[in-house]
Amino acid sequence: MPEVQIMTGNAAAAQAAVLCDVQVVAAYPITPQSQLAEILSQYIEGGKLKAEYVRVEGEHSALTVCISASTVGARVFTATSANGLLYMHEQLHWAAGSRLPIVMCCVNRGVGAPWTIFNDQQDSVSQRDTGWIQIYCRNNQEILDTIIQAYRIAEAVYCPVMVAYDGFVLSHTMMPVEIPDAASVREFLPPYRPHTVVSPEDPRTLNAVLFPWRRANAQGVVCDGYMEMRHKLQAALERALDVIRETNDLYAARFGRDCGGLVWEYRMEDAEVVLTAMGSLASEATVAADLLREEGIRAGVAGIRVFRPFPADDVRRVFRKAAAVCCFEKAISYGYEGALCTEIKGALYGTGVSFPIHNYICGLGGRDVKASELAQAVRESLTDMAAGRVRTRAMWLNCVTE
Amino acid sequence: MPENLFKINVKEYILPGTRACQGCGLSLAYRHALKALRENTIVTLPASCLCVLHGLYPSTPVAVPCLNNSFAATAASAAGIAAGLQALNKTDLTVLAIAGDGGTFDMGIQALSGAAERETDFIYCCYDNEGYMNTGTQRSSATPLGAVTTTTPIATKQQHKKDFIKIMEAHEIPYIATCSPAYPIDLYDKFVKAKKIKGTRYIHINVPCPPGWGYPPRDTVRMGRLAVETAVFPLFEIEDGKFRFTSRSKTMAERGNKLPVINYLERQGRFRRMNIEQLRQFQAWVDKKWQEYLRRSQE
Repeated sequence: MPEVQIMTGNAAAAQAAVLCDVQVVAAYPITPQSQLAEILSQYIEGGKLKAEYVRVEGEHSALTVCISASTVGARVFTATSANGLLYMHEQLHWAAGSRLPIVMCCVNRGVGAPWTIFNDQQDSVSQRDTGWIQIYCRNNQEILDTIIQAYRIAEAVYCPVMVAYDGFVLSHTMMPVEIPDAASVREFLPPYRPHTVVSPEDPRTLNAVLFPWRRANAQGVVCDGYMEMRHKLQAALERALDVIRETNDLYAARFGRDCGGLVWEYRMEDAEVVLTAMGSLASEATVAADLLREEGIRAGVAGIRVFRPFPADDVRRVFRKAAAVCCFEKAISYGYEGALCTEIKGALYGTGVSFPIHNYICGLGGRDVKASELAQAVRESLTDMAAGRVRTRAMWLNCVTE
Repeated sequence: MPENLFKINVKEYILPGTRACQGCGLSLAYRHALKALRENTIVTLPASCLCVLHGLYPSTPVAVPCLNNSFAATAASAAGIAAGLQALNKTDLTVLAIAGDGGTFDMGIQALSGAAERETDFIYCCYDNEGYMNTGTQRSSATPLGAVTTTTPIATKQQHKKDFIKIMEAHEIPYIATCSPAYPIDLYDKFVKAKKIKGTRYIHINVPCPPGWGYPPRDTVRMGRLAVETAVFPLFEIEDGKFRFTSRSKTMAERGNKLPVINYLERQGRFRRMNIEQLRQFQAWVDKKWQEYLRRSQE
């Protein structure tokens, strides 16, 4: 039977790892992820989770251990934040290129220099092009639900999944979380079957050097070149859009909780101005939308749950009736604008829509973002739009920019 | 008891068609290492000459399962294989991590130190050709004093080779050995012994490299022998801290017939720019290490 407990986001993630019967955990502690590494140690040493825990000497090794353990057929789990994720960068590519269904939590934190331990999403957003699926969580319940879904998605398409949730805002905040019963989760999530079995009976050299062209094997069968393999990774990510949506629906049918598929909507039926964001910031935007509606402004929220693969079709569908969009981001692609804003504009290209899209960079390094501030930003955007003032660059919310 | 020549496993795990250079010392060493480890071995390796030896997808001459990983990752990759196998209750497999001196002395040292400290159950083998040979003979921290490399092209390497054995000894692992493809029985015996031991085992192979060292491919075994006979590269094992000379180095220690290093250096193009002072320092460095080993062998 499911039970409800009050717990932090990190504790919810650890609970999910237990429910998913992960077999190998490798993690290196980093704020704000550390609590998750500690809870998992307790579970494994205490016998609640039967798994190997490799207490590695750094994040590069953490993901390497996961890569090799996953290759030999174990279900693996890891988690990190900020500079830890950046230190893994090489292996993020290696994991995706090896087509391994690794699930990793990124407890979002700003990256140095200068040092910050506080939340933004620069860490995961900057890893956009590594071939990982990225799913952002709104609350602690979604962290648990998303991790369970992530294994099913990863093992269906053989791509790694990053489950991103905001540091401190979710990782260290207590919320009620319903824990499904283990038997139901096992039914939902069949055991992991590796795509290649590493065995002396069938010795293979995995991830060998490739030449640019396709080559025949000893039997004369022409095999993929590097580019064909890259295309298969791209095709898998594209296929993942449907898999993520179906997995969400299946999970909702079985466990009664809908995480919103690819893009979730809040009061969007008649919305003229759409607030969009990822993670807990999108959650905050729903409060801002309520405030705006009290003033008669028809505001709604489109929460981007999945950043990669980018749900372009869903974005087109959800945004089609909008008159204005405000995109709030806790990350920036330096020298241009927030990466999410660019993606949304790209998705809408060629659809004939011409509404203004305003980009707000906010909450970097844990700078407070209140719902009232989001609402005020929307008011100012609407004023500018009504006056026909065109904005060519992102605004920095709650930041001295002179 | 050391196994004699006739006891060497007749099965070949490296078939014709490797992509290694002519006269490659690594090919010889790897062949005998795999014979000693036999079936039920999983190899993991980084970007390296060995990665090239393993061939181009989709064919490989190596009949042992092998997982390539990134340059700094070798020992962590082995730790992942070991943990995965443990989790799946597959406990009859030997995990061999094998990397060059670049992947061991330099970029891979953190992962190796971590895996050794955690007492990971695997064999780590460093095949040491004393430079970044796969990328075209650049300097590594294993390159000896006075050697010309493509990144020390005029002034030569100004520092002695890093004493990596001492670093591994500091981890207090159960087994450390040095070996050379020029002494294949000794190499074979050490891998056979390492296979039987639990925990982290470290085997260091001196692999002469014709293009990198500048000698004709036919002289690989001769170069390996000279490295041992001049005590530039002594053969020994350290089992639970107990030092023991083996093979040719053992008889050299008994008879005191160590050759001068010039016999070794003069045959290699890489030492062509070495000056007299460097030669003196090189000899003094070798003598000091040899004396240290002699003292330990008598403890």
